[in-house]
Amino acid sequence: MDVVLFLLFASVAVGCAINLVLQTHPISSALSLIGVMGSLAVLYLLLGGEFIAAVQLIVYAGAIMVLFVFVIMLLNAGAEKRPTRKVLRTAVALPLLFTLAGVGAWLAATQTPKTDAVKFGAYTAGPAEVGRAIFTSYLLPFEVTSILILIAILGAIVLARKEI
Amino acid sequence: MEFIIITLVKMALTAFVLLTACAYLVWIERKVLAHIQLRPGPYFVGPHGLLQPLADLIKLLTKEGVVPASVNPFFYLLAPFLAVTLGLTSIVVIPFTPEFEIFGVKTAMGLTDLNIAVLFVLAISSLGVYGIAIGGWASNNKYSLMGGLRSASQMISYELPLALAIVAPLLLMNTLNFRTIIEAQSGYWFGVIPKWNVFAMPVPQIFSFLIFMTAGFAETNRVPFDLPEAESELVAGFHTEYSSMMFASFFMAEYANIITICCVATVLFLGGWHPLWPAGYGSDLVPPLLLAAAGAMLLFHAGQAVRWRSWDRFSFPVIGVIFLGLSGFFFIPLLKPILVPLFWFLLKAGFLIFVFIWIRGTLPRFRYDQLMRFAWTFLFPVAVVNLLVTGLLVALAGN
Repeated sequence: MDVVLFLLFASVAVGCAINLVLQTHPISSALSLIGVMGSLAVLYLLLGGEFIAAVQLIVYAGAIMVLFVFVIMLLNAGAEKRPTRKVLRTAVALPLLFTLAGVGAWLAATQTPKTDAVKFGAYTAGPAEVGRAIFTSYLLPFEVTSILILIAILGAIVLARKEI
Repeated sequence: MEFIIITLVKMALTAFVLLTACAYLVWIERKVLAHIQLRPGPYFVGPHGLLQPLADLIKLLTKEGVVPASVNPFFYLLAPFLAVTLGLTSIVVIPFTPEFEIFGVKTAMGLTDLNIAVLFVLAISSLGVYGIAIGGWASNNKYSLMGGLRSASQMISYELPLALAIVAPLLLMNTLNFRTIIEAQSGYWFGVIPKWNVFAMPVPQIFSFLIFMTAGFAETNRVPFDLPEAESELVAGFHTEYSSMMFASFFMAEYANIITICCVATVLFLGGWHPLWPAGYGSDLVPPLLLAAAGAMLLFHAGQAVRWRSWDRFSFPVIGVIFLGLSGFFFIPLLKPILVPLFWFLLKAGFLIFVFIWIRGTLPRFRYDQLMRFAWTFLFPVAVVNLLVTGLLVALAGN
């Protein structure tokens, strides 16, 4: 059951990700990205991290992507034009894609440390555990990230103010 | 001179009579048209209008579902589907009764018991905006697009105070599981005041409750926050182009969301299935007494049915006897531990739903800038202060 669900949602995630690149209309791409986020949430759920799954949905699918869709709708962005000379581009791109995939697979197979197989439902980290980890072992990265986000927000305000 | 005065009086009189006649002509037109078109109103379809929803369903099902030209059909059809699916999903985590044993099976009313039920509800409600936003965009209509945009910005804005209002009682509860949250609210202060979160010590969550309900009105696009479908500006907003069951899907999603919001408020703030006063003072007797009183009243009124509603002579006694029979169910020992908590839960949730309808009949709609200013300059800061005060008091009481 777990394996079936994993294969189903892993393929949905990959399918949506490919669709995201292939679609010409921004809204279609944004919705594909939401599909990727949702499938990832299900994969987290399969691993047992229900808290992380819920946060994934709330933050990415529910907040960030809503803003993406909002901006696309507000600007009323139309479909982009397909590039011309398709055959030539494909002929160059396909070998490069396979080379990249091959090198990536080789690096992943040789360079990463050998670990045990991932087990379904083995990573049950509730909100209490995540909170404790953030505020003890990972306090510095957490604070640095929040300052980074604060700077980004300030930057956005500064950039936007010029146009007001 | 005399002539002028008489003429002035005549003019004033004429203007007065004409204007009054105009005003009353509108009334006469409405009355006459209503009689000509035999519009009996929802009260008369079936006994007491009970069959009106069925009539609406048949009407909507048999209507043609128009997909306008030059829309994107995939997104156009996806939007109502998304809205109704997400609207109906959140209810699965609501626990309606405590665990009970019936015919040797241990179960409870409520579909699942998630450890992160609160977050699940937040996640589903944060996704709910896509149905409306995509529907508004895919309709290829400027009014629909405005409705979708308004809905998206409104739901993003009001989700923050909503979530912050939920966090405050969670600080007291220390869990995200709805069943545990309700169980922690059992008991009574001084033996009479229920230990619900709105009355919780050290800090009563009454402000969180009010913020939650206000943001809930905005999340469900209800009056006074129904800007996405403001009919005087946007025709019908995001569902202008929708017809038939696609329109009904949006409609059902809105009402499903209202039910969910009211159930969540009942769980988080009003103690779920715990009665208003202890069972020792007879709170278990309230549901059978209410039902018996309703039954007795119907039997009494059956003898006084007015001439033009003669079917009351048959329907009132039948429904009255059914009510009396229902009140008997509350005394069956096997069913009592299920029905009494269920009654209290549904009573509280039902009252909150009534408030939703009450507000709709009472308040006018906000203007769009008022809506945004209210969210960001009033509701959000109040929610933050409320959360900080709650956290401070919980920390002080904890030490």
